[in-house]
Amino acid sequence: MKKITTGIFIFVSCSLYLFAQTTVQPSIARGKKLYIQYCLSCHQEDGSGVPKLNPPLIKTSYVSGDKTKLIAWVLSGSTENIPIDGKYYSNNMAPQANLKDQEIADVLTYIRNSFGNKAGAVTAVEVKAVRGNTK
Amino acid sequence: MKTTFFSSVLFFAMLAFANQSCAGAGSDSTKNSSAAKTVSADKDNAGLKLPAGFGALAVATGLGEARHIAVTANGDIYVKLSSLYKGKSIYFLHDNNGDGKADVQTGFGDFTGTGIAVKNGYLYASSDEEVFRYKLDANGNAVNQTQPEKIITGLLNRHEHESKSIALDNDGNIYVNIGAYSNDCQVKDRVKGSPSINPCPILDSAGGIWQFKADKLNQTYGDGTRYATGLRNVVGLDWNSDINALFVMQHGRDQLHDLFPDLYTTKQSAELPAECMYQLHQGSNCGWPYAYYDEIQHKKIINPEYGGDGKKEASPDIQDPVVAFPGHMAPNGLLFYTGNMFPEKYKHGAFIAFHGSWNRAPEPQKGYFVAFVPFKDGKPSGDWEVFADNFAGGPEYMQPGKAKHRPCGLAQGPDGSLYISDDSGGTVYRIIYTGK
Repeated sequence: MKKITTGIFIFVSCSLYLFAQTTVQPSIARGKKLYIQYCLSCHQEDGSGVPKLNPPLIKTSYVSGDKTKLIAWVLSGSTENIPIDGKYYSNNMAPQANLKDQEIADVLTYIRNSFGNKAGAVTAVEVKAVRGNTK
Repeated sequence: MKTTFFSSVLFFAMLAFANQSCAGAGSDSTKNSSAAKTVSADKDNAGLKLPAGFGALAVATGLGEARHIAVTANGDIYVKLSSLYKGKSIYFLHDNNGDGKADVQTGFGDFTGTGIAVKNGYLYASSDEEVFRYKLDANGNAVNQTQPEKIITGLLNRHEHESKSIALDNDGNIYVNIGAYSNDCQVKDRVKGSPSINPCPILDSAGGIWQFKADKLNQTYGDGTRYATGLRNVVGLDWNSDINALFVMQHGRDQLHDLFPDLYTTKQSAELPAECMYQLHQGSNCGWPYAYYDEIQHKKIINPEYGGDGKKEASPDIQDPVVAFPGHMAPNGLLFYTGNMFPEKYKHGAFIAFHGSWNRAPEPQKGYFVAFVPFKDGKPSGDWEVFADNFAGGPEYMQPGKAKHRPCGLAQGPDGSLYISDDSGGTVYRIIYTGK
């Protein structure tokens, strides 16, 4: 019985892992294209940003932390003087609400898994939920 | 007993005298050694690449976000910081022994910002909303360091283009940049498809240069005049005493391709618009947000937010630039050279500190150098050229978040040395000429 349980556990784990790989990797690839189109000129190709103007996307609490906050930021943009990990950035960020739920999920999944970041994927369902609340 | 007392007094008096003499001798010997030591370039020119005959030394390092600088008649340096360093926002640098390196670094002030200038016995310094001044004593030391006079107050700071650079003329006026809190006056800043506002309401209180009195307290908008308009954001500006005129360097608009991909390629968007030098007069209009200067077509072009297509020419009433540089290099410092140390070619010419671009991505970045434009009779007499280069530290560091140093402020020393501040590594450089 114990062997069977272990077997099922391994099977489920592997399936979940493979599922994650098969959905996350394409999402990252799509996200990269969107990043180049919508984010790169301000946040730079390697996510290093611009000191004092456009925040970096490398290992910041905003990027790697709470997904809800991050999704809301991308949907609403920012014209406020809000510190990010103790530093201030002057340029306004345009809201990206015109992007589809899946597109925002993809670009955030790319950002959270690039530039040295290792954070969980963002799904279209999660984006949809936040969009519903920010409207 | 009396004798003993007298002897004691005599002994202490002698001791005091000896002490004084020795102290005197000590300070004399310091003076002698200062005369003996001379300013010389660092072995590697502090990492900079310079024309033949020039050398550079790092006067101070690690000062944080060193924005603009001012040098007194004694050769002491004031540095304005845009973030506190050890709790202070202005640093006074003094060299004790004549080798050009700052031996004394004293901080004061708690308001962060960019602008600083020395004029007529006062040190002027700005926050992002106000301008203050400190009286300087005969040695150029700021007195009342905790209680500066507030000259100007209540200037707009809405997050974007917030720094207030300053310059003074020879008639008791101070000029302050009030940057536009916008890229190009759209209803929603930097949002693709968001329409422009026409006429642009920002221009009544920002997007220009305001003139105030240099010695009147607590002035605000109503006390000053809008000297020039249509300037998106100016960080580098200087009064040209040869022809008594204010010159400014504008930061041109961003994101032509991001916002109008059908009209501009990424390559065009990296080059356009020009970073422009303007010679201002009362009432100058340099065109923002309605127009920009295209340095490839050599034309003033209507901004796409205002109906432009990259070709339609703007009103001829808009002022022409004096010099047009490639786009996005971020001119943060301007200085007209009046010294005698550098070769004749440099006299009366303009040095410009280009902080370095970010908005050229995905094309390679540009700037991160100090450029020079020769001038004769107040007009450019030749093409611009790179003067001091390699602040970033190599091609792989030519990116705003990676550059080791980014030139920002410029000042001239009493001996004709050129000083450059760096707000990325916090270095103050001094450029000297040693050639024949």
